[in-house]
Amino acid sequence: MSEFEQLYREVILDHYKSPRNHGLLEPHDAFAEGQNPLCGDEVAVSVRFGDGDVIEEVGFEGRGCAISQAATSMLTEIVKGRTATEVATMQKDELLDEIGIPLTPVRLKCAILGLGVLKVALHRAKGTPLPEEWGTSSNEISLS
Amino acid sequence: MAATTATTRLDAHALRADFPFLEELVNGLPMAYLDSAVSTQKPRQVLDAISDFYKHSYTNAHRSVYRLAERATEGYEGARRKVAAFVNAPSEREVIFTRSATEALNLVAYAWGFDNLGPGDIVVVTELEHHSNFVPWQYIASRTGASFRHIPIDDAGELRLDVLDSLASEGSVKVVANNIVSNSLGTINPVEKLTAWAHEQGAIMVVDAAQAAPHRSVDVQALGCDFLAFSSHKLCGPSGVGALWGRAELLEAMSPFNLGGEMIRSVALDKTTFNELPYKFEAGTPAIAEAYGFGVAIDYISEIGLDAIEAHEHELVVYTMERLAELDFVRVFGPPADRRAGIVSFEVAGIHPHDVAQILDWEGIAVRAGHHCTQPLMTRLGVTATTRASFYVYSIPDEVDRLIAGLHKVKKSLG
Repeated sequence: MSEFEQLYREVILDHYKSPRNHGLLEPHDAFAEGQNPLCGDEVAVSVRFGDGDVIEEVGFEGRGCAISQAATSMLTEIVKGRTATEVATMQKDELLDEIGIPLTPVRLKCAILGLGVLKVALHRAKGTPLPEEWGTSSNEISLS
Repeated sequence: MAATTATTRLDAHALRADFPFLEELVNGLPMAYLDSAVSTQKPRQVLDAISDFYKHSYTNAHRSVYRLAERATEGYEGARRKVAAFVNAPSEREVIFTRSATEALNLVAYAWGFDNLGPGDIVVVTELEHHSNFVPWQYIASRTGASFRHIPIDDAGELRLDVLDSLASEGSVKVVANNIVSNSLGTINPVEKLTAWAHEQGAIMVVDAAQAAPHRSVDVQALGCDFLAFSSHKLCGPSGVGALWGRAELLEAMSPFNLGGEMIRSVALDKTTFNELPYKFEAGTPAIAEAYGFGVAIDYISEIGLDAIEAHEHELVVYTMERLAELDFVRVFGPPADRRAGIVSFEVAGIHPHDVAQILDWEGIAVRAGHHCTQPLMTRLGVTATTRASFYVYSIPDEVDRLIAGLHKVKKSLG
């Protein structure tokens, strides 16, 4: 298999070109957006809950590389029907196994962007734990 | 003002023998390193000089009286003289070694900005600034209550000087911050004009020369600016050291930035007096060997000739833009070749720059994919990132051909 075929597996290209659950939900119960500052990938995720904190619908929009957008598309399929708590504690390896491609540390950030954003959305709506790498920092420069 | 009339030319193929990184082959070919704007590779002359300095002349500078210490101090201060001459500084006392161009710009923003900015004052940056000459000013403005404004660009990626009058009418312009060359688009900015305007407003002019000083001659007296920052690692020197040039009378009047050893004249329990220029701004043990290597790198590129470097890169940019124009799936950002330095930013239709760079990497081609530390500019261009090719003395047209072939592959694979 060539390097191209290893990284851009058929399934990745399929999700990239035809993303699942694409488009933000209106109305929604949870929402967050985030960027990968390294390369400027962007992902926004919205969630509607069913009974309790079960994720009934999830929709995303984004701009970015094939890996970031395909991984988020795949993520939306994984998390439907799970509870917010289950997703908040979901290990990134579960998503990475699904993606199933060798990722350098730089591309890893692309792959887990959507998962981080989803966890932030769930945190805001349900108070579930934030992913460690996102922290709770809200530092920003605000101009008068 | 592109120098298309070079009297001296550089021989890139001959210079390539100086660069050990080219000896490492990827798929049987040397890497096509088209990312010199992020940092340049290092020639043997610089690498060997640093190694020799550590072997034969190394200890702390400005401390002891033994011969080794004298050699170390001379190596460090000799580099300062080279930096001063390189940008035509009136005095080497006006050259401060910093960790990077970023630290140099932070030094000005903190040490000048905190004491001189307040409500009613305006800090003006441009949409083309690197974050290093943008975020420090945004931050100091917010901390002091000054207004933070920017000069926008037109669709060619050039500064819109028609907004200057309206900016001036908003209050008292105190700082104008601009780069000579945009690191994202390669735009050559009218810094002399902006300096004249800044001075009419009673403002200081802070120039980021990080992307200019390695590629074209920079003369602080001709520019007329008040501060100018650049770094070693972008001109064949080591990372970890940069330089700030500033007008002596401004530096004298400024508060210190970092405090500690070396920057003092005398210290008592109840009072500390600061050292003279430039040492007042150089607290702590500096990057001694790196500063020395910075000086050697300046010698190296000066010997090649800045005019020859500028002309060489101009030829490569013209060629790259011609070749990219053949590709109907590629859009180039920024001004025409005669108004830009050795940088070409572009997008491949429908394919994210990260994916472009990844596929090019498999062909042994190194390009930058990202926002290039210019997120406001990316927003203006309506993209999250671009792919950028940039050149230096060792760049050759063959690498541009490889880039074009690589882009065809990108299109075929992901388009």
